[in-house]
Amino acid sequence: MPAQSDGNPAARDDRRPHPLRNLWRLRPYLRPYAPEFGWLLVLALAATAASLAVPLVVQRVVDGPVARHDVAGLLRLGALALVLGLAEAVLIFIRRWTQSSSSVGMEAAIRADIYAHLQRLPAGCHDRWQSGQLLSRITSDLSVIRRFLSFGLLFLVLNVVTYLAVVVLLIRLHPALGLLVAASAVPLFLISRRFARHYHAASRRMQDQQGDVATLVEETAQGLRTMRAYGRGPELAARFAGGARTLHDTGVRKARLLARTAALFDLVPNLTLGMVLVAGTAAAAGGALTIGELVAFVSLQLMLVWPVQSLGWIIANGQEAATAADRIQEVLDTPPTIVDAPGARLLDRAGVRGRLRFERVSFRYPGSQAPVLDEVDLTVEPGETLALVGATGCGKSTLLSLVPRLHEVTRGRITLDGHDLRDLRLSSLRRLVGVAFEEPTLFSMSVWENLTLGRPDAGEQEVRAALALAQAEFAYDLPWGLATRVGEQGLSLSGGQRQRLALARAVLGRPALLVLDDPLSALDVHTEALVEAALRRVLRDTTALLVVHRPSTVALADRVALLDGGRIVAVGTHSELLATVPAYRAVLSAGPVQRHDGAGLVRS
Amino acid sequence: MTEAPDGSRRVPRPRVAPDGGLDLKRWRGRATDPDADRSRAEDATPEAVARLRARSRALLGQLLRPHRRRLGLAVTLLLAQNAAAMSGPYLVMLGIDHAIAPLRAGDPEPLVTVAAAFATASLTEYLARRGFLTLTGRIGQAVLLDLRQRVYGHFLRLDVAFHERYTCGRMVSRLTSDLDSIAELVDGGIDNLVVAALSVLSVAGILLWLDLPLAAVTLLAFPFLFWLSRWFARASAGAYRRTREAVALVIVHFVESLRGIRAVQAYRREERNQQIFAAVNDDYREASLQAFRLIAVYSPGIKVIGNLTVAVVLAYGGARVLGGRTEVGVLAAFLLYLRRFFEPMQELSQFSNSLQSATAALEKLAGVLDERPAVAEPERPVALPTGPGRGAVAFRGVSFGYRPDAPILTELELTVPAGQTVALIGPTGAGKSTIAKLLARFHDPATGAVTLDGVDLRDLADAELRRAVVLVTQENHLFSGSVAENIRFGRPGADDAAVEAAARAIGAHDFIATLPDGYATEVHRRGGRLSAGQRQLVAFARAFLADPRVLILDEATSSLDVPTERLVQRALGSILRDRTALVIAHRLSTVEIADRVLVLDGGRIVEDGPPAQLAAAGGRYAALHRQWRDSLI
Repeated sequence: MPAQSDGNPAARDDRRPHPLRNLWRLRPYLRPYAPEFGWLLVLALAATAASLAVPLVVQRVVDGPVARHDVAGLLRLGALALVLGLAEAVLIFIRRWTQSSSSVGMEAAIRADIYAHLQRLPAGCHDRWQSGQLLSRITSDLSVIRRFLSFGLLFLVLNVVTYLAVVVLLIRLHPALGLLVAASAVPLFLISRRFARHYHAASRRMQDQQGDVATLVEETAQGLRTMRAYGRGPELAARFAGGARTLHDTGVRKARLLARTAALFDLVPNLTLGMVLVAGTAAAAGGALTIGELVAFVSLQLMLVWPVQSLGWIIANGQEAATAADRIQEVLDTPPTIVDAPGARLLDRAGVRGRLRFERVSFRYPGSQAPVLDEVDLTVEPGETLALVGATGCGKSTLLSLVPRLHEVTRGRITLDGHDLRDLRLSSLRRLVGVAFEEPTLFSMSVWENLTLGRPDAGEQEVRAALALAQAEFAYDLPWGLATRVGEQGLSLSGGQRQRLALARAVLGRPALLVLDDPLSALDVHTEALVEAALRRVLRDTTALLVVHRPSTVALADRVALLDGGRIVAVGTHSELLATVPAYRAVLSAGPVQRHDGAGLVRS
Repeated sequence: MTEAPDGSRRVPRPRVAPDGGLDLKRWRGRATDPDADRSRAEDATPEAVARLRARSRALLGQLLRPHRRRLGLAVTLLLAQNAAAMSGPYLVMLGIDHAIAPLRAGDPEPLVTVAAAFATASLTEYLARRGFLTLTGRIGQAVLLDLRQRVYGHFLRLDVAFHERYTCGRMVSRLTSDLDSIAELVDGGIDNLVVAALSVLSVAGILLWLDLPLAAVTLLAFPFLFWLSRWFARASAGAYRRTREAVALVIVHFVESLRGIRAVQAYRREERNQQIFAAVNDDYREASLQAFRLIAVYSPGIKVIGNLTVAVVLAYGGARVLGGRTEVGVLAAFLLYLRRFFEPMQELSQFSNSLQSATAALEKLAGVLDERPAVAEPERPVALPTGPGRGAVAFRGVSFGYRPDAPILTELELTVPAGQTVALIGPTGAGKSTIAKLLARFHDPATGAVTLDGVDLRDLADAELRRAVVLVTQENHLFSGSVAENIRFGRPGADDAAVEAAARAIGAHDFIATLPDGYATEVHRRGGRLSAGQRQLVAFARAFLADPRVLILDEATSSLDVPTERLVQRALGSILRDRTALVIAHRLSTVEIADRVLVLDGGRIVEDGPPAQLAAAGGRYAALHRQWRDSLI
């Protein structure tokens, strides 16, 4: 993956592809509706034909019954106009009715695919991308595309066809005048081309800025408490005002572009109409044209006003759809790098002994030069509990995230019972590994659903056991028990409660491998002791890798590994390391430290 | 939703349940707050709907008021454009009726006049349209900017309890999706809307002037148009309101599940998430579909009325021409005008889509703006007494609970003299964090008062309160921007030296110096690259820089390793010396720096005294202390 730092999943390369290429690539979504779309086009054309026929009927009325004083003929033609008009309306109704379901269907399908793709992309991508940029893709960008596919595209075809049909009719009515009208297409084309080019850039800029604003909003929502704690509302508002102002300026520029072009799209047909009027009147005076024909000609030509006028809007819409499609394809084009290898195998839980080995594992985050982990060699024997100790920010959490393959090793390999993790099916691997992160993530769902995230088939007893182990039985006392919604949109729980639920989730279903990142950090001493005791029973026969900061938690481990500077510098039992490795003592010991300033550490 | 008890008004809504009846209700669990899914103003009762509509209309008025003059100019331009556009068919009529005969007689003058008039009209139309579009674009964007800032600012003012109820995803949805749909109207619809409305009116006038009896026949169409439009407006308002709600759920799920992507992937949650997403996505699809179907009825409905009128006018007008009561040219012009009459109506029905969607969105935003912050700024703020040695905190008879039926604190009495460091300990749910939040005025007590230097927190201006009291939690949110900017969040005016001094004091300087760009390193999305401990250090440096009278630390050191924690504690030892501090920690090592320990249980203070004294006394603290001592190496 190329390194991107702007938070925008951009994959722009320097050779400019065709501006509409990415829009065209969305056609598979149109395919299920292709026959329908064909029919709709036919219906739309028929409706247009019906509406085109009305001026011709008017011509007949003026030239025929009115001239001949034929009342019956007048009624007959009036009835014809009525039938044509009703037919038009019915055709439009059918078109719109069917079209609405296909357009929202397409939109929903693309959205679901983007979401599915995003779920497959590794955590690294998500760290880099601003979530607001992703959000604006599945909302605003998609609705732009929906509007284009449902209306813009159809009207583009329809308007061009209408234009051609009217011009043909006009040429048949009066060749010279008809050709004059046809010639007006040339300036229209030139205006459109220029406009499209300018608008393309503006609309892309606008969409990116919309994503930026969405990011700002999401970030504010996340950091609301921090904002409040420091009373930084005015600063955040000023920052937001900056983003909103940029969006405003782009919007004004876009409006100006559109205004100029839309007015031109008005002027050109009007001038043509003026010329037709003069020439037509002259022709009628000369007897080359009947008055009825002139009326029909002019009213047919007036039918061109709306198609041409709406051209500005359609082109704008089309350009927006094209840039929106670019943005969407940028996401879809990002390949999920952590996927099942061909021939990846399943490992059965029962057949797993649980020997985890890191073999010269190196890792660095994409885009950064310094490796976080450098040739790490480490073995966790089956059933053993290994604690990983190291200073803040030394890469412990990163090391853990390599086990369920949330990140991929840059060099070296990790094996489970001798199998390279990359040769295992992702789903199989992740089923074997139970993880609890340093920040317990709870989703806005019921407690039950949060616990059984990875194991929807878990039974009542299993859940109860997991809750008991994590000392999280408080969940039963919540207002609706395990059906209570927790997480962001539900009941807010304390840090310790969240951590205990996350731990219960990790141990649920007895995974073959437990990977726990500082699992007891937010617990009070009393609860910690209880959880520890329970955890000890589980850890007796489970291979486990723990990150710990506290001497008390280290006691859970059979062996300890000290991580420093991206390398494992010492492995051994707690007391061994304490006795022989000064760096270890420094990291873990709570003993008094040398005082630089003479100030007492403890003031009681 | 405007649903009558018998459900008669509700659009039938088949719930698609993919994969064996996935019920959205069940997996989401039961919310403890009945208002969990909306702002309070968005009640389902008809009165509430009407009130909200009135509110959103008033909001629109407020937004447009500053632009009155420009709006006036825009309307003038529009009238000019419309007059010019309308003169077209009239000039055609003049040409046919009055220029052909003279031309036959060899007099080109009437034709030249008509042509000149036509050219003038076209040019006027061009200029007026361009001016109008530019101007309305400006007004529209200005209104959007104003609205965006208003809503954002209001969200910032609303209290923490509101946000906990309303949630991040929904706030994001309001400020993105809802504003987008208003922007869509501003971008593509507003001129069409006004032009259409105006040309309908002016055409009606011209028709009346051209031929009264024919116009009378035409006007018969009006009641039908009115009736159809009223039906549509009512039905679609409900439908679009539903789309706004549905899209908010899509956004909520999207934002939340991607934020927790690590947990999602580690627990193979993808499939289930996809099902849930499919369900909310499908719900949104259904809601949009209902709304679009309404237009699918409305738009051809207008067409039927229009075409019916044309046919009637054709027959009746033809008869009148036959009877010699009107001119052929008049009939021709009449029919041309009729086209100009119904086509904008048609166009209007296209844009009614964006119009209704924007209306529904505006109502949602009005609902947010209607929320009153439960923790409001005082109208007449009281200033804090100044001078050294300030920061005395008192809780007087404070009762509080997040839910009325579950009180957390009852009649709490607590006095903390200025400069004292107090440690709060106790089991989960004892009320430690609640005390911290009340002191930081995230909430107001139900009864009683929290005071700082004798001043009720409710009487303090927010800026003053925040300068005096800072709460550091384990959340440690880092905003996008550089490390330095994040530290400077504590005191925006601070220079680089002060930022670095704060980082040094807290022991964060060393790791910051090793970052690729040092203090200028961008903390990517929510500090993705910094470890939890490093984020805590940055948050500490921020609090240090803020230099408040009262510092509240709620589990602020939980993710630090022992040496770093020691470093932080040493720094705390010196910074807390001359200020009041409330420290909540599970680590007794943190508690050791306190002058006084409070043991809380069930919202009550059960032990109170200096740590050494309590440790010796043999109570709960003593037990915990022993346990902790034993756990050390």
